Parts: sequence; C-alpha cells; structure tokens
Amino acid sequence: MDDKRHLISVIVQNKAGVLARVAGLFSSRGFNIDSLAVGETEDPELSRVTMVTRGDEAVIEQIRKQLNRLIDVLRVHEFRSGEDYVERDLLLLRVNAPPGKRGEIMQVADIFRGKIVDVGVRHLMIELSGPESKINAMIDLMRPYGIKEMVRSGRIALARGNKSV
Amino acid sequence: MQRKGAEILRDVLIDAGVDTIFGYPGGAVIPVFDVLVESSIRMVLPRHEQGAAHMADGYARATGKIGVCLSTSGPGATNLVTGIATAAFDSVPMLALTGQVKTPLIGNDAFQEADTTGITRPITKHNYLVKDVRDLARTLKEAIHIATSGRPGPVLVDLPLDVSTSSWDGEISGEVSIPGYRPNTVGHVRQIKAAADAINSSERPVIYAGGGVIIADAHQELAELAEKGNIPVTLTLLGLGALPGDSPRFLGMLGMHGTATANYCIQESDLIIAIGARFDDRITGRIDAFAPHAKIVHIDIDPTSISKNIRVHIPVVGDAKSILREVNKLLKPVERKGWFERISMWRAKHPMTFKENTLKPQYVVQEICRASREDTIIATEVGQNQMWAAQYYCFRRPRTILSSGGLGTMGYGFPAAIGAQFGCPGRLVWDIAGDGSFQMNIQELATAVGYNQPVKVAILNNGFLGMVRQWQELFFNKRYACTDLMANNPDFVKVAEAYGAHGMRVTERDQVRDAVEEAVKTEGPVVIDFRIDREENVFPMVPAGEAIDRMIGGMA
Repeated sequence: MDDKRHLISVIVQNKAGVLARVAGLFSSRGFNIDSLAVGETEDPELSRVTMVTRGDEAVIEQIRKQLNRLIDVLRVHEFRSGEDYVERDLLLLRVNAPPGKRGEIMQVADIFRGKIVDVGVRHLMIELSGPESKINAMIDLMRPYGIKEMVRSGRIALARGNKSV
Repeated sequence: MQRKGAEILRDVLIDAGVDTIFGYPGGAVIPVFDVLVESSIRMVLPRHEQGAAHMADGYARATGKIGVCLSTSGPGATNLVTGIATAAFDSVPMLALTGQVKTPLIGNDAFQEADTTGITRPITKHNYLVKDVRDLARTLKEAIHIATSGRPGPVLVDLPLDVSTSSWDGEISGEVSIPGYRPNTVGHVRQIKAAADAINSSERPVIYAGGGVIIADAHQELAELAEKGNIPVTLTLLGLGALPGDSPRFLGMLGMHGTATANYCIQESDLIIAIGARFDDRITGRIDAFAPHAKIVHIDIDPTSISKNIRVHIPVVGDAKSILREVNKLLKPVERKGWFERISMWRAKHPMTFKENTLKPQYVVQEICRASREDTIIATEVGQNQMWAAQYYCFRRPRTILSSGGLGTMGYGFPAAIGAQFGCPGRLVWDIAGDGSFQMNIQELATAVGYNQPVKVAILNNGFLGMVRQWQELFFNKRYACTDLMANNPDFVKVAEAYGAHGMRVTERDQVRDAVEEAVKTEGPVVIDFRIDREENVFPMVPAGEAIDRMIGGMA
C-alpha cells in the first residue's frame, strides 16, 4: 500500500459529538490518525479539525467523501504538496539542565528560536513551534542532556495568501 | 403557547404527516406515550422493539413515507439497533425516537441508561441528543428533513425524560436550515451529456439498477431509458419492481444468485449504466474480473457510492429521476441486433428451472405469485427464502419487495410485512419466510392478530438454516454445524393458533394452490407451514470470491 501522508483540514460545527463522528470514520476503517488538532475558528460556532493520516489515494478519497457526508461537517480540504500553506506543530519540552549545561541548552534553543518558558534548579522548559522536521531536529539535540518530559500538539495548517478553506 | 416536550413532539410529527408510530413503552417514555395515545396518531404496540423498528422500515419502504419507531432508554434503544442498521444499509427513511434518563443523570450509569447516540452513530444518517426542550422542535424537524431527503436513512433523536416533561412556549413553525447538509440533486450537464454519448455509441450496453431508482421514484424514467435506448435491464434485489418483471428487456436479478443471462450480459457488456446501486460484493463477485470490457456510467445521489468498489468512468451525482429525464432526451435509436440475439440465446440456454418431483419452495413462490395482484407486497426474511422469492416471484411494481438487502437481517420480513400492511390497508401482504428467520420475530404474531393486520406468512420450512446449510453442503463437506433446526422447531400451526391467527400445514405439492388461495381469502393473519424439500439449494450460485460468470448449479 502506498503509505502517503495526508494533511486534511475539516471545518465542523462546534458541537458535542462532532469529533467522535469524524474520528469514527477513521477508526471504523482501521486507520490511524497520526495527529489531530481541534480548535475554534474565527466563527465561534465553527471548529477546525486538522488531521494527519496515511493511506492510498482511493482510501483518502473515500474518507474525504464520507467526511463531507457528515451533517456537522461544512468543508473538507486536503493540503497537497505544491500548495502554498503553512503547517506547524507546537512542542513543550522539559530537559535536564544542571548549572554547567544551562548555557549550552539555551543556545541551542535560541538557534531554533525556541523560548525558555520555565526555569528550575536542574531543568529548563523550552517551547518551540515549527514544521515537523524542525521540531524533530531540536528533540534530537536535546536527547543527550536527558529529556524529562515532552508534549507535542497535533499539526495545524493554513493556506497562505487570500485562499481560505 | 406553553407546551411540554412530549406535546411538541406530537405536534411536530402530526405537522410532518406522521399517522402511525410503532412504539414500545418504558420508564423513560411514559409521558411521551401518555400524550401520543390521546393524539390523532395511531400507536402500534409490537412485542419487541426490534419489531417496532422493522415495522417502521416496512411501512416506509411500502409507502415511501417516513417510518417512525419509539422505544424507551437503555435496552429499548439497544433493541432498536438491528432495525436501525437494517434501515441505514438499505437507505430507508426512518425516525427512531428513544427515551433517555434525565439529563442530570446522563453519564452516571443510571437505571436503563445507554449511550444511545454513541451506539447508533455509525448506523444512522445522523443522530441527536436533545438536552434542552427549547431545541426539541427544531431538532425533530431537522431529523425528519435529513431522514427523508438526499439518500434517505434513519435519524435517531434521544429524548431525556426531563426534556419530554418540561415546557416551552416558542413557535414550532419555521424553515429548517442545516448549513452542512445540502444533498446534490441536480446532475452535472456535462456528465449527463457524456453518459448519453456513451449510451448512444455503445454496442452492448446493460442497465444495472438498484433500490435508488425506487427511492427516487424514477421507475418510469428507467422504463423509458430501456425502451428508447433499446437497452436490457438487470435489477438488484432491492431494485426488483423498478421495471416490471415481465418486461421483454428484463434479464432478471444479477449477482450471486442472479440469472445466468444477467450475469453473462454484465460480463460481456461494453457499457454498464448503474443507477441507484452500489456495486455491492454480492453483485460484483470477484472485483478484478467484473465486467472486464465495460465502461461504467454511475448515476447516484451519494458521492461516496461512486468509485467505492469499482472504478467509474462517467459519474453523475444527483437525483436519478431528473438525471434520467435529461439523459433520455439525448438518446438516439440504436438497433443492437447482435446483442439482443446473444441475450435470447442465453435465455433459451439457461432458463430458471427446478425439479418438480417433491414440494419445492420455488413452486410455492410461483403459486403465491399466481394468486397475487400487481400491488401485492412481498416481504422476505433472509437466506434461501429471500433468494427464491427474488428469483421466482414476478415483481411488477416498485415498492412491492421488502427485503433486508445490505445488512441481511433475519427476522426482518414478518414485522416489515406488518408495518407495510399498516401503511397499505386493503392490499395483500405476504411474508415469504424460513423456519429459522420466522422464529426471530415470531412474537409479532400478537401484533398482527391484535390489530387485525391480515398478513400472510409462507414459511418455506426445511428445518434448516438453509442458506448456511447450502454453503456447508457445497464448501464444508456437508458438515451441518448448528444448522439443523428440525428436532426443536415448534408446530407452527399450533403457534399461529395459540396467538389467534389461522394456521395451515402443506406437505404435498398438489395442496399448495388451494392453501395459498385459502390464505388470500382468509380475513385475518395466516401462517402456512410449507414442508419443503429439506435440501433444496438456491441456484444458480456464484461461489464467494469468484467472477460472476462462474456460476454453479441450475445451469442446465
């Protein structure tokens, strides 16, 4: 199977149960959602669900149609390569930072334009947003210091220019 | 005007033209029943909630109107589930109303609580939990609109007890507006033109039409397409009656138990015009060997049906009736002499036959057909009885077959027949049943007798779960694992009589005609126990996973 990555953005009614309907379409076919982010849009009655999933073209086409068929779904858009859009993950990472290492770690964070959002006696917390590759690169660089805990948000994405989903 | 939730429900339903509700009461819906029983709506009490759901389904399929069923919370709601799933699979417009525990108790494991909207989410077109009486009228109207428009389906509304009993003084009139729901009804002009061009240039076309044609009320347009375009027609199980079964261009049903002619026709065609059908696996057989030479036009209101199983070349999304009207305008007369000669050859070589030495189920179906009128309604159960009914009964009008095609629900036919009889008083309604299926909702005899609904049940009794036994015979070395019911089958005549229905038993071929005629003449419900040849098989048959021209049996 062609395991291509698909980034899908869905505008839904901001109601109880909607996320379960959307997620149910994936789970009932045995597909995993690699990443999921849900939040209010410029209209408080609507939410945007951004999902990353994998599957071949026919499967994704069927999922898009099924999503469109849901009553609470208003629009479905798949961001495709070649399309002009911005995609971001958010990372919060707490890393061991003994006094001797603190400067180094802060320098690395700075190179990635990460922010230090919490400082303790033996740790630092870094906030970083960016595309997946950048987040992964920073995580790799932090590993040797000892990552105590980290959390990543689901992917979000928005088209550039005047185009809206 | 101050109205309680239950009164709002009553008023919205009456306003929508609902005249019958199939409902089983329980703690969470007592106030609802208390209001409805005093209204102009006829309340029908089945003996099991599954019966209520299938009755609403049969009512809807036979009349074209929305079917309404009602149950209490918890087990009442879960008992509806099979009926709702059956309706969803076959695109039947249904409103399922379920009681729910009081809103403050939801999620607290209250007595008779179930997460009904959660359970039914994948088997409804849409569902709602109403948490505020102010939302009730709008929700019900949306539910009815969604259930009956586009590709129809069941919509469930979960009604907590405190919503039914609290009051609201708002207006219930007003238009329904659902921003995320705009079914596409008008076919694309360019696609319609492409479809017509493909038809006009085709040498070996075949129409493959399904239940969608009947739902869209497009049977006349279908007949015109077949006639004007000079195209043979095969129908799915749910499409039977969309073209009269005695039409010269009708090939019979296609698929696993279709006629040889229909299946050969599909396999040799150069163009398939699929209308309101969904290329189900019982139709296509082995997908990569299906119709190898054919270009495919697919007319369907549901975009998700298009290119789901089989890649479609010319999709036309929209309402079949209006699309066919437009296509028909563009048709050119084409003779296709060679194609029809080939079809005649198949027909002559492979007629539908069976040996007449003993009491055969096919003969029973033929006799039921002989004693029927064009508007007679035939419900079936699921399994061999269903296939024999489809093969040997001549369906002449739309909405005369009630059968669980997609989900394949045993126990569907009898309650569906009762529901249809409520919707179509004065018409003859049969349930062609098996001894296994009939016992799945046999308790509804009480409903048929209690409301004097004169449904006739023909049990094709072979003392087996016959279709499974057939597979065991053919593919499992005759190991009849758990399919022999004979030893513990009840005396169906006595069962019928115990409920107050008329019971008959037929053991010989020459008794069939008289028994059928007596049943038709009898005023109330009748059960006939036909003791058919125990090991009769449904043929022809395409073994699962084979190409549809690889039929076995009955290929004289």
